[in-house]
Amino acid sequence: MNENAKARINGILLSIAHKIGLFLAMTVICLPGLWIVLASFRPTVEIMAKPPVWIPQDLSLDAYVAMFSGVGQGGIPVIEYFRNSLIISVTSTAIALAIGMAGGYAFARFRFRAKSSIFLGLMLTRTVPGIALSLPLFFVYSKLGIIDTHFGLIMAYVALNVPFTIWLIDGFFRQVPKDLAEAAQIDGCTRWQAFWQVEFPLAGPGIASAGIFAFLTSWNEFALASQLTRSVNSKTLPVGLLDYTAEFTIDWRGMCALAVIMIIPALVLTFIVQKHLVSGLTSGAVKG
Amino acid sequence: MKGWRPPAPFLLLLPAILVLAAVVIVPLILSLYSSFTPFRLTQPASLYMFVGFRNYARILTDLEFWTAFGRTVLLLTVALNVEMLLGLGLAMLVEKATRGQRLLRTIMMFPMMFSPILVGFQFKFMFNDNIGLVNNALQSLGLTDQAIPWLIDGTLAFTAILIAEVWSSTSVFAILILAGLLAMPKEPIEAARVDGCTPWQTFRYVTWPFIMPFAYIAMTIRSLDVARAYDIVKIMTDGGPAKRTELLWTLVSRTAYADARMGLANAMAYVAILLSILFTVYFYRKLAAARTQIAAEW
Repeated sequence: MNENAKARINGILLSIAHKIGLFLAMTVICLPGLWIVLASFRPTVEIMAKPPVWIPQDLSLDAYVAMFSGVGQGGIPVIEYFRNSLIISVTSTAIALAIGMAGGYAFARFRFRAKSSIFLGLMLTRTVPGIALSLPLFFVYSKLGIIDTHFGLIMAYVALNVPFTIWLIDGFFRQVPKDLAEAAQIDGCTRWQAFWQVEFPLAGPGIASAGIFAFLTSWNEFALASQLTRSVNSKTLPVGLLDYTAEFTIDWRGMCALAVIMIIPALVLTFIVQKHLVSGLTSGAVKG
Repeated sequence: MKGWRPPAPFLLLLPAILVLAAVVIVPLILSLYSSFTPFRLTQPASLYMFVGFRNYARILTDLEFWTAFGRTVLLLTVALNVEMLLGLGLAMLVEKATRGQRLLRTIMMFPMMFSPILVGFQFKFMFNDNIGLVNNALQSLGLTDQAIPWLIDGTLAFTAILIAEVWSSTSVFAILILAGLLAMPKEPIEAARVDGCTPWQTFRYVTWPFIMPFAYIAMTIRSLDVARAYDIVKIMTDGGPAKRTELLWTLVSRTAYADARMGLANAMAYVAILLSILFTVYFYRKLAAARTQIAAEW
């Protein structure tokens, strides 16, 4: 009896410790983001107050209104940056997906020589640090005259996204049993038809999440964009965020509001993909 | 459609190879060439002057470069290890949770959505010596009555950058290790317990070998992207104050764009590229080895 009671108390203590640990971990993860969101609603006076004001007294949407009411008011042309980001990310994602699907299918369904070396080689192109790649790209682009254009940045992002897209899509095609497509071919489909009618729909959700991942990479990229863009013609949001810090007095509230604008699309999209993303990355980890 | 047809996988991989050749390989060859010239953006003619290994020799004796190099390696080593440990802990905490696991997993992914530049800004805001959350909290709690110069003192700034880096990437490890924990069969753990293993032994000899490939996947993914730290440092301190948080990548960008010494910067960039490749190949090898080991044992 005594031992039973001891074990039970031990168990309760452990579960309390577990809950506290979880709570602390989640707080650390969430707090910085929430703090930014909160600050974007507060007046600058309150953000700068000394001693700090912990309980928000006065929340408003002023920062957002100022940001979208044009260059003169909010300091930076957010709408243009947002448009550039959207165009560049969507286009480069679409192209990277098309290329990645072809490549991923090749890796998942065919045997060929030097397969794993080619795979590693593709991955290695991804390891080149953006800033290191930006030096020659800057030079080449300025010779070609495509600095500060959507086209230049789209090309760069396609190349950036293709290796990882191939990795993910390869994993998703491998999860689709080979027999299904073969059965379709026996029933009279061409290989092309079998792909679109059978394998593509089955791998569809996975491919979509690979697309979202590519979108997020382009949406968030900074090192290349900061050198290959010059003006509102092609500047993206991450580069725009830096516009604020260049000035001597930082408009913390405006920056926070811009940060919230940047994070919302990413937030929504990540929620949609989270399940497939993990399964795509780990496919083959166990089966080899 | 007569005559020789190229093999299908070659055709399928062709677009990928073409794009990568055009945007990555060819520019890199160009930059390799220009790393042997004293190329300056302001003097285009200097591109055709060949100086051999002078840039590299210059780097080898450059104290500033080696400081930045050492700091980069230190940052990566500490960050990757801490991320790995915290990610493992976080994954095990979440796996133990009986209720609300879906919600917990979603929250866990939160930092992954932040672009590195945002992470940098966010921590710049929090570590601001005057109005930042960290100092405000410390002062309100009465732990200190002075403003701690987080981003101004060299060591503290390095710590702040490290914290930002760890915050943003721990979730990659946590998510993948959690996937490993969830995919793991339960019988071996039960068998180990029946055989009288302590919890530590069960973890060390049963759980750990199984989730190791997942940890290596996370490592490989992370090492594909280690240079993301550039974005964080760029916005938090921009290598300052007085170059005390200068990393390899910020040094490259400063040499290339502020000093316009492209040739020298390209030579430095090649060292940075080799460093990245080294990290990736190392973890990729580990991943492949762990995979075959698992396949043999399970």
